[in-house]
Parts: sequence; structure tokens; C-alpha cells
Amino acid sequence: MTVRVQQCSFDAGAELNAFSQGDGVGAVVSFTGLVRDLDGRLHQMEIEHYSGMTEHAIKGIVAQAQSRWALDDILVIHRYGVLPVGAPIMMVATKSAHRADAFAAADFLMDYLKSRAPFWKKETTADGSTWVAAKDDDEAALERW
Amino acid sequence: MNVMYFAWVRERIGVPSEDVQTTAATVADLVEELRNRENRYAAAFADVSALRVALDQELSDFDAPLAGVREVAFFPPMTGG
Repeated sequence: MTVRVQQCSFDAGAELNAFSQGDGVGAVVSFTGLVRDLDGRLHQMEIEHYSGMTEHAIKGIVAQAQSRWALDDILVIHRYGVLPVGAPIMMVATKSAHRADAFAAADFLMDYLKSRAPFWKKETTADGSTWVAAKDDDEAALERW
Repeated sequence: MNVMYFAWVRERIGVPSEDVQTTAATVADLVEELRNRENRYAAAFADVSALRVALDQELSDFDAPLAGVREVAFFPPMTGG
């Protein structure tokens, strides 16, 4: 398991290639989240986190995924700080003998990272800065697990 | 104990963390105590259903006891991913 919480950017392609190495790997699923433009209005996104809790919280989520699915490895990278449009925010990758476990675990990790890892996003446009509100759907998504 | 605030809670209260001397038995009691201090706390804690709390860096709830807790953090629902 690798969990990285970092300010600096990362190369999702290089990370995925490195993660996919090894004999006996049958399936790798990955997700990369990027700073989405708001119809050309977004100047930047800022991500705040609770430094004392973040890594510990993510490792707890990863441990849950490992106990539920047959996985060979998990990678989670999540950034904080000021990010420009198009920049990678975070990445999840799962490795398994079979695709069903890899897909399900990646989906689970994304749902939990969204609502249970202590990050908060703030978007800045020409109109000012606003904190991104959590959606009811985000919380509801946890119930399917 | 050390009390921490994140995102708009931090902005409304105006500091990221502070040492709070309290005899509050539960998180809800601490919130009530803070609310009565100054308007900025009353504004931040106006609707606790919009807030989450962590005790010693583990998610908890507002009914939880504070005995033995060293760090309390208040923040809005998380928006990771």
C-alpha cells in the first residue's frame, strides 16, 4: 500500500506505469481527478487538509478496501495547496488478479476519499472564492457499500 | 485542549487553532460554551448539522464525551477526491 499526501504535482501516467509492474498482475484500475474548469471562469482551486489526520484517515479507508477485496496493491496520491486548472488533484489505483475486485475497490476508495478524508476544496473565480459544498449524493454514495 | 478549525469554520472564527480551557463534558457542551463567547463563534456554530467533528484526529459526533481528549477539530463536510 502506498499513500502520499503532497503539495507537489505528479505524473499520473508515470505513476500508473510504475504501479503496474510485477509478475502475476491481472488487472489494474486507476482514477485521476483533475481541477475542472468552470466554463472558463475558474482561476484556481485551493485544497486545505487536516495534516495530523489526513494520512491516517486515508490508510484506514485503504485498510477497509484491502479487507473487502482480493487486492495485490493500492496506490493513493492526494494533493493539497493551490492548484491551477487542469492540474491533477488525486489518483487512486488498485491492482488485483481480476478486474471485478480492482474496479469495485477503486470505486469504494473514491466514494470514501470524497467524504471521509479531511480535505476541503475552495474555488476562486473572478467573482471571488467559495468553499465547495459537499453534496447529499456524496454521503448517499457511502450507503451502497 | 487544542481546538482546531478548518475551511469556512476557520475563516469565520479567524484562527486555525487555539488552546481552550474548558470543563465541558461533551462536544455539544463545548460548542455551547464557544457560542456564548463571541459573535464569530456563534456565527461559525449557528448550525451544527452543517459541521463535523474529530476527536484526537478520529471522526466523532457531537454527543461524544471530551474526557481525556487532547485535540478537537471542527470542520464542514469533507470534499476530497
